[in-house]
Amino acid sequence: MYGYVYNRTVTPFDFVISLALVSVAAGVLGSLIGLGGGVVIVPVLTLLYGVDIRLAIGASIVSVIATSSGAAAAYVRERMTNLRVGMFLEIATTTGAVSGAYLTTLLPTRFLFAFFGLVLAYSSFTTFKRRHAAQPLAVSSDRIANYFDLHGSYYDQAEEREIAYKVTGTKLGLFLMYVAGLVSALLGIGSGALKVPAMDGAMHLPMKVSSATSNFMIGVTAAASAAVYFARGQIDPIIAAPVAIGVLAGATVGARVLGRVTSKTVRLVFVVVLVIISLEMLQKGLLP
Amino acid sequence: MTSTPGQESPVPVGLSAAEGGNGAGSGYGRRKLSAAESALMDEKVRKVELLISLVLRIGVVVSGLIILVGLGLMFAHHAAYMALHSGVSYKVLTSGATRFPHSLAALGNSLARADGRGVIVLGVMVLILTPVLRVAVGVLSFLYERDIPMAGVTFFVFFVLIASFFLAGV
Repeated sequence: MYGYVYNRTVTPFDFVISLALVSVAAGVLGSLIGLGGGVVIVPVLTLLYGVDIRLAIGASIVSVIATSSGAAAAYVRERMTNLRVGMFLEIATTTGAVSGAYLTTLLPTRFLFAFFGLVLAYSSFTTFKRRHAAQPLAVSSDRIANYFDLHGSYYDQAEEREIAYKVTGTKLGLFLMYVAGLVSALLGIGSGALKVPAMDGAMHLPMKVSSATSNFMIGVTAAASAAVYFARGQIDPIIAAPVAIGVLAGATVGARVLGRVTSKTVRLVFVVVLVIISLEMLQKGLLP
Repeated sequence: MTSTPGQESPVPVGLSAAEGGNGAGSGYGRRKLSAAESALMDEKVRKVELLISLVLRIGVVVSGLIILVGLGLMFAHHAAYMALHSGVSYKVLTSGATRFPHSLAALGNSLARADGRGVIVLGVMVLILTPVLRVAVGVLSFLYERDIPMAGVTFFVFFVLIASFFLAGV
């Protein structure tokens, strides 16, 4: 880094301390909107610290698992997460993640970046249009959702009442989750960017439940591709250590915030981050 | 999550045993429960939630502590990493050419030498295995709730995760 006033090398110690502090912020944001910390970690590592992109993606996987486990401990205890929906949809995300890890060399990455950049731009637009919608479904004729009893309820601290909801659109949800797992393994982006719209939009889960459930699932999706990244030597301990510690601390704080803010606020923060990610992806896909 | 007595649940015509494993005509995953059974079920579900939350918390705390110990060891062994004057640049450790353990054998060697970076990798592995352990606990929990379809679903996820580790050839 060149920003230092006095002339001295940035030692590994400085690196660890500063990256841990950035990671706290990444953990707070990632756990609040169910995207994991990679959204912040990858650009910071590559642009600010000049870290090799392969190692940055390895660190992103670690940050996603840290966000997920750190915040899910609280979300599950507070019954914000829909455990049954989460575990049911993990069928598709893990399968997608495993197939994606082996498709990396077969598919043109530039095209994928451009395509999913557009997909995310569209889903940020539809999420924005839905920002006032808060009425959960009262009945569901979705056979799969009824069979597995995926419906649920949660206590909303902001509205100070118990909110019951029904789940629908499981087939579309499963398909989108497979794509989410695939993309997370192929492009190294946190799969939450597709998981949250799939649950909030297609399956009609309340926004806060979508965020908490996505947060619960991203750890398992990331774990399914983590072994490959580890074996390829992409998980560098000196980057992973401050990221893991910082994100774990941040996610613990972020988990306390979600209960108190309104669904509308969560959606708006989510839309802003989604627009940024989609611009980043379009840039990678379209610019030389 | 909880089945309220009297709640209507359509019979899932056409859902095969393969999709649910519960056979045809039995309604959804769980049969309808009486008020007393329902209360007992709520209690079981609550226990499971607390157990899964506890598993995640333990995984997070244990991995965090191991990583902190690893960082401590690394800086203790390499004074130049935190020297105020004429220290080394972090870029030595974050370039594409940097060396660190990325197979179980190399990790074993590194741990035997009490190398800080090996200890950090061990901590990161505990972190990676935490969601896997959470899924395993999920399988047992659904069996405890006698919810065979969900136990099947969770077992499949567990199987895919284990397969991913073998496919990667760690």
